[in-house]
Amino acid sequence: MSSDNAYYIPHDAKWPIVGSVGMSLFLGGFAGQLNGSSMATNIMIVGFLVLVYMMFGWFGEVIDESESGKYKKIEAVSFRMGMVWFIFSEVMFFAAFFGALFYIRIYSVPWLAGDGSGAATNEFLWGGFEAIWPTNGPGDVGGEYQKMGAWGLPAINTLLLLTSGVTCTWAHWGLVANKRKQLIIGLAATVLLGFIFVGLQVLEYSHGYNELNLTMGSGVYGSTFYMLTGFHGFHVTVGAIMLLVMLVRSIKGHFTPENHFAFEAAAWYWHFVDVVWLGLFIFVYWL
Amino acid sequence: MTTVTDTHDDHHDHGPAAGLMRWVTTTNHKDIGTLYLVFSLIMFMIGGAMAMVIRLELFQPGLQFVDPSFFNQMTTVHALVMIFGAVMPAFVGLANWMLPIMVGGPDMALPRMNNWSFWILPFAFTMLLSTFFMDGGAPAGGWTIYPPLVLQGGNGFPYMIFAIHMMGVSSVMGAINVIVTILNMRAPGMTLMKMPLFVWTWFITAYLLIAVMPVLAGAVTMLLTDRFFDTTFFNAAGGGDPVLFQHIFWFFGHPEVYILILPAFGVVSEIIPTFARKPLFGYSSMVYATSSIAFLSFIVWAHHMFTVGMPLQGELFFMYATMLIAVPTGVKVFNWISTMWKGSMTFETPMLFAIGFVIMFTIGGFSGLMLAIAPADFQYHDTYFVVAHFHYVLVTGAVYSIMAAAYYWLPKWTGNMYNETHGQWHFWISTVSVNVLFFPQHFLGLAGMPRRIPDYAVQFAEFNMWSSIGGFVFGLSQVFFCYIVYKTIKGGEKATDQVWEGAKGLEWTLSSPPPYHSFTEAPEIK
Ligand code: HEM
Ligand SMILES: [Cu+2]
Repeated sequence: MSSDNAYYIPHDAKWPIVGSVGMSLFLGGFAGQLNGSSMATNIMIVGFLVLVYMMFGWFGEVIDESESGKYKKIEAVSFRMGMVWFIFSEVMFFAAFFGALFYIRIYSVPWLAGDGSGAATNEFLWGGFEAIWPTNGPGDVGGEYQKMGAWGLPAINTLLLLTSGVTCTWAHWGLVANKRKQLIIGLAATVLLGFIFVGLQVLEYSHGYNELNLTMGSGVYGSTFYMLTGFHGFHVTVGAIMLLVMLVRSIKGHFTPENHFAFEAAAWYWHFVDVVWLGLFIFVYWL
Repeated sequence: MTTVTDTHDDHHDHGPAAGLMRWVTTTNHKDIGTLYLVFSLIMFMIGGAMAMVIRLELFQPGLQFVDPSFFNQMTTVHALVMIFGAVMPAFVGLANWMLPIMVGGPDMALPRMNNWSFWILPFAFTMLLSTFFMDGGAPAGGWTIYPPLVLQGGNGFPYMIFAIHMMGVSSVMGAINVIVTILNMRAPGMTLMKMPLFVWTWFITAYLLIAVMPVLAGAVTMLLTDRFFDTTFFNAAGGGDPVLFQHIFWFFGHPEVYILILPAFGVVSEIIPTFARKPLFGYSSMVYATSSIAFLSFIVWAHHMFTVGMPLQGELFFMYATMLIAVPTGVKVFNWISTMWKGSMTFETPMLFAIGFVIMFTIGGFSGLMLAIAPADFQYHDTYFVVAHFHYVLVTGAVYSIMAAAYYWLPKWTGNMYNETHGQWHFWISTVSVNVLFFPQHFLGLAGMPRRIPDYAVQFAEFNMWSSIGGFVFGLSQVFFCYIVYKTIKGGEKATDQVWEGAKGLEWTLSSPPPYHSFTEAPEIK
C-alpha cells in the first residue's frame, strides 16, 4: 500500500472515553451540587480536571501527528470543514438566547403591559405595568436596579475586541508571508487584548452586582443580560486560551505558511466571538 | 484518498484490537456503527418496556398498577428514550455503517471524534435513567419539558437537563462528521447528484441537527437557570413568558421530527428500487423535495402551539406553512409508488417493511394535515389523536424504516442471511398489531380522551383495551425481532456479495461482510 496519498485514520482512541468520564463526573457533580449536596462539588472538580487532562492528551496527540507529517491536504480540509460547522452550531446556540431577548422585548413585555390581546392580563393581573426596556417585570423581581450603560466599559471592550480582530488578522498575514516576528507579536497582542477584555468584563459584573443591584435575578433584564454576556465572556475566555496555545506553538515554530489549520481555526473562532459581541453591544447594551 | 494508513508502522496491521477494548477505543466506522445499532436496540427495549407499563395501566379505566406520578414519569422518559436513545442512534448507526461505503471512502472523515460521539451516549442515558432512583423520581412533565411544570420536578431535574446537553453534544459531533464525510470523502467521480438518496437525506438531516440541537441546549439551559439561578425567562412576574419556552422548544422540535424521518425517506428510497428492480423514479425531485422539507421545517414550529393564544396572523401563517409541507412530502410518496409501478416486484422482508412504511407513514401524514388546520386543532390538541398521529409517523414510519434497513443490510454486515420465514412473520405480526395499537387512538382522540393521563372516562374503555392488546402483541413481536437479529449474527445461510438480485450501489460490490477498511482503493464510479 502506498501510504503517501492515503487518508490518515488514527487507531486506538483512548481520549474519548476519558472525556466521557470527565464530562459525566463534571455534570453529574454539578447537578448534585445544585441539589444541595456539598460532596458533589468535589466530584465536579475532579470531573473538570479529568476534562482538562483529556484535552491536553487529545490535542497533544493530534499535534504530534500533525508535526510528524501524518496530515495532508485532504485531512486539513476535513478539519477546516469540521471547524466551520462547529462554529455554525455555536451561532445557533447564541441564536436561542438572542431569540429569547427579542421575543421578550417585542412580545412578552408589551403583552404584559396590555398590548395585543393582553388587555385583560394587564387589567386584572398586572395593573399599571408599563412596557419600558429595561424591565424586571411587573412583579419587580429582584428589586430596584440600574441599567448597565453602554458607553463606559462596554464601549472600551468593543474597541478592545475589534482591535484584537485586527491584530489577529495581521498575525495571520505574518504567518502566510512567513514573517515569524509579525506572527508572534500579532498573536501576543491578540491574547493580551482578549484577557484584558475578560478582566474588564469581570469588573463590569462586580459593578453590576455591588453598585447597580443588577443581578441574574433582576427580572428578564438581568436574566438576558447575564445569560448573553456570560456565555459570550465564556467563549472569549475559551478563544483566548486557544490563541494562547497558538502563541506557544508559533514560538515553537509549529506552523508553516501552508500548514497551520489550528491557527486558522482559533482565528475563525475569535472572529466569531467578535461578531457576537457586536450583536451584544447593539441589542443588550445600547438599544 | 486511495489507500488507508494505520498509526502503526507495520503494514499487516489491519484488523481490530483484541478484546473488549476494541469497542471502547475503536475508530472504525463499522465498529462504531455496530455500537450505535446495538445501543439503539437496547434503548428500544427499555423504552418499549415503559410503553408496556403505560398500556398496562390504560388497559382499563381506573388506577390499577402504578400511581399517577409514576405514570407521568413513564410517558416522559419513554419519549425521551425512544427519540434520543433509539431512533436517532439507530439512524446514526446506519449512517456510520453505510455512508463511507456508499460514497466510496475509506472511513468517516473524523474517526476519533466519531468514537466520542458514540461513547457519550451510554453515559448520558445512564444519567437520564438514574433519575428514577432519585428523590422525586424521574422527570414527569412530558418530553416537551414545558415550564413551569417541569421546574417543579424533584432532584432528577438537573440530571435530565445535563443528560440532554450530553445527547446534544453527541448529536452535533455526529452530524459534523456526517457532513464532512459526505463533502470530503467521496471517491473521484461521485458527484453530488450521483450520491445514493440515503446519503442525500442524511446530509440534510445532519444540517438540521447542527442547526437545532444547540437551540435545544439553549432552551434547557434557560430552564436550569430559571430553577437554580433566579432568572425569569419563563416567568411572567419578571417580564418573561412560559410561551417563550414553547417557541424555542418547537423551533428545535419540529425540525427534530424531520431529523427522525428524513433518513427513513433515504432508507426507503434505497430499498424500493432494489425489490421493484427499477431505478428510483424522480431522483432529482427527491433531492429537491428533501431540501424543501428541510427549509420549510424551520417555519412551521408553532403548529404545536395553536391553542396557547397566539395572535391570529400567527395562527394563519403557521397553518398555511404547515400545509405547504404536504407538497414535497406528496412528491416523495408519489415517487415511491411510481418506482413500484410496473416493476417486477418481490416481497422479501425489507420490501414489506418499506411498503408498510409508505402506506402507514402516509396515514400519519394525513392525520398531520388534519392537525395542521388551526381551528380543528383546538379540538384535537393534547388528545390521543395527536398520539395516534405521531406514532404513525414515528413507529410505522421511522421505526419501520429502521427495521427495513436492518433486514436489508444485515446480510451485508454479518455475511449471513436472516431467516426469511421469521422475517415475514415479524412483519405481519407487527403490522397487524401496530394498527390495533394505534388506529383506535384516533377515535379516542376525536372523542376527547386527553393524552398523558393514567385514568379515563368509561366510554373510552373498549378502544383502550384494544389498543393495549395491540401494544402487548407489538411489544412481543419486537422481542422476536431481537431473536432474529441475534440468530443472523450467530450464523445462517451465507450471503453473497450482491445479496439482493436487484441491488445497485457500491455497498454491494464489497464482500459480505465487508473488509475492516472499506475502500482502501477508491472505487470506479460509473
Ligand atoms: C405531513 C406532515 C405533517 C404534518 C402536517 C404534521 C402536523 C402536526 C401537528 C399540527 C401537530 C400538533 C398537534 C397538536 O399538538 O395539536 C403534530 C404533532 C406531532 N407530530 Fe406531526 N406532522 C407531520 C409529520 C410528522 C412527522 C414526519 C413526524 C415525525 C417523524 C411528526 C411527529 C410529530 C410529533 C412527535 C408530534 C407531537 C409532539 C408532542 O406534542 O408531543 N409529524 N404534527
Ligand atoms: Cu411539527
